[in-house]
Amino acid sequence: MKRYRTLIFIALIVVLAALINIPNNPGIKIGSYERPIKTHLGLDLVGGVQVLLEADLPETTEVSSEAMSTARQIVESRVNGLGVSETNVQRVGDRRIVVELPGIEDPEQAIATVKSTGLLEFVDMSGITQQEALTLEGQVIKTDYGLEGATTPISPTGESQAPVSLTERVWHTALTGADLKTATVSTTSTGKYEVAITFTEEGGKKFAEFTGQHVGDVLAIVLDKVVISVPTIQDRIEEGRGVITGNFTYDTANQLAIQLRYGALPIPLKVVETRTIGPSLGQDSLQKSLIAGAIGAAIVILFMGLYYRLPGLIAIVAILIYALITFALYRFIPVTLTLPGIAGFLLSTGSALDANILIFERLKEELRSGKRLQQAIDQGWQRAWPSIRDSNIATLLTCFVLAIFGSQSGATIVIGFAFTLAVGVFVSLFTAITVTRTLLNLVLGSIKPVDPSQPLDLAKWFGI
Amino acid sequence: MNILGKRYLFFAISLAIIIPGMILTAMGLPLAIDFTGGSLLEIRFASGNIPPAAEVVALFNEMGVKDATVQPTSQDTLLARFSFMEDIDDATRAQITSGAVFAQRFNDEVTVLRFDSVGASVGKEVAGRAAIAVGIAAAIVIIFIAYSFRGLSHAFRYGVCAIIAMIHDVAIVVSLGAIGGRLFGWQIDALFLTALLTVIGFSVQDKIVVFDRIRENSNLYRKLNFETLVNHSIIQSLQRSINTQLMTVEFMLLALALFGGVTLREFAIILLVGLFSGTYSSIFIAASILVVWENQEWKKWFRRGGATPAPA
Repeated sequence: MKRYRTLIFIALIVVLAALINIPNNPGIKIGSYERPIKTHLGLDLVGGVQVLLEADLPETTEVSSEAMSTARQIVESRVNGLGVSETNVQRVGDRRIVVELPGIEDPEQAIATVKSTGLLEFVDMSGITQQEALTLEGQVIKTDYGLEGATTPISPTGESQAPVSLTERVWHTALTGADLKTATVSTTSTGKYEVAITFTEEGGKKFAEFTGQHVGDVLAIVLDKVVISVPTIQDRIEEGRGVITGNFTYDTANQLAIQLRYGALPIPLKVVETRTIGPSLGQDSLQKSLIAGAIGAAIVILFMGLYYRLPGLIAIVAILIYALITFALYRFIPVTLTLPGIAGFLLSTGSALDANILIFERLKEELRSGKRLQQAIDQGWQRAWPSIRDSNIATLLTCFVLAIFGSQSGATIVIGFAFTLAVGVFVSLFTAITVTRTLLNLVLGSIKPVDPSQPLDLAKWFGI
Repeated sequence: MNILGKRYLFFAISLAIIIPGMILTAMGLPLAIDFTGGSLLEIRFASGNIPPAAEVVALFNEMGVKDATVQPTSQDTLLARFSFMEDIDDATRAQITSGAVFAQRFNDEVTVLRFDSVGASVGKEVAGRAAIAVGIAAAIVIIFIAYSFRGLSHAFRYGVCAIIAMIHDVAIVVSLGAIGGRLFGWQIDALFLTALLTVIGFSVQDKIVVFDRIRENSNLYRKLNFETLVNHSIIQSLQRSINTQLMTVEFMLLALALFGGVTLREFAIILLVGLFSGTYSSIFIAASILVVWENQEWKKWFRRGGATPAPA
């Protein structure tokens, strides 16, 4: 009975893997949990730009982890502005950020976007109500800052003008981030969160003058032309200090403070590496690798069938199941497939084959020494297992060291390789333990010699 | 079949490959920009007429890039290597990296196949960290093998022998890189490093399979002398080694080398040779040294007049 339970278990896993591997998978949706399932291809297969950024500070200067996280966040929001899907912005090591932009062909455009400094503006929105202003939150607006010949502010006078939509209107910038000194999160006496800001001396004077004239008006805080917050001026603000109140949680307040502080990046970043793969080269590589893989697989299947006969066929089934599960895991985890990643997959396939070959060689030995079939299967498997286990553990250990090496240095190709190999080795251990063994027992157990008095024709079935 | 009896012959064969390779390595490995820093630009000319390398170099010079080297990589593609372009202004750099400047000068449609640019500091760090990674991996493997074989006498030797054989494989692969660099203009890049690390992983995997047989047999035949035992174990696992390595993995890699993309060819060839070396060294180096160690043969080397050199 146990055998059938294992078989049902294997069947379930295979069905699950097959479901995951269905093209155009709609993904998983359980309640609010959503996860798209698709094959993630690396830059070297789809083409694109990879940029490695490094904190542009002397090597002896310690770069705070917090500042790097903030920088990453800012870079990510800028990159998102490019409108490319599946961008990836990640911290690697202590002082680097890797940016991956699939589908982009021009590295300079990408670098320009990443390196652009954020522009923080305090925009005068007198003339509209807070309700109207609130509708602008998150919207892109136009301001007169930096406009050609914007010496006289184009103050919106509201009623007298033809109604221009709020986003079309050109607003006046009262102050910019250059006037700001710091911004921090603080709590009010009632326990609510707010953002306290401090201006430079000159900025403080400008701010006091401006707020004095505009009590009751809306002063929008705008980063890179996107409205972040629309507080109303309560009073003339002296001493260059002010608070932004609003319906903040700690996180939203902190985020605003960060954006105010670091409209520009918290740490200067320089480009230390760019890699551009043209889309044609990527597709070419992918196609050729797939063809090569198919040819290699065909040779292996042929060899296994001819040399090991029946067990060989079982091995092929086991390897197909292995491939199915591994690929499903790549899609599910997800693991991004790069060229070295595909190589890692092929090599772990070799590893899975090795496990089968080890078992079969032992099986043959046991059969040659005159053991009965069932005994030979059990012993062959038992004898092969320690070498399969130990050799695969050694590979996993190496993968582990490789992955650390890759993530420390930002060598993403090494990470991809180590990861695909490790996943493959895990699955190959699983298929060796369960699939090959169960199938062997099941198939060989059902072979009955036609004439019970005749021994099994080992030469025919096992190629001995 | 007495394989171990010819062990010094196998040591000599390995040294015959490794020594020239190491001399070439000492003369300078062709390191790619991944390690040295610099830029690499590969472009395709739609017309199929690639301009002479000298003219392209001259164009680079005009753009302010003084150290470009250019070589054709196929009928319609060119590969240029040059510095990291730190001192070049953004506009000029954009002209180069987009291929626009070549299209203009040579009046052709130019596609950028790839453009890589690595700062010198990154390169040095990659090389340094790679060395550390290999060192750590080796140490972990020695410990792991010593642990797995703890039931045997001198369990530690198995780990050390596996690592010596692994160093042999690394030396073979590096030699191949050095020779390939001289003959085919190969470069030691991050992909080469990945291949090397794979070879290391599988080399160890292979040694463990052979050692496992010794482990098993030494429990079965307690009275057998060590050399006979090891020889017996090698022969028992030979079929598996041949089938796994030659028939399956090597075929797979051969297919990859022959039909895979250009990017993968060098990678596949290095793996092909490296993994073969891994299998070879499990039998002819790792197991052999184990026997040399057990017999303490080095005591005889010099007494006899030092006819045979010490293994690598």
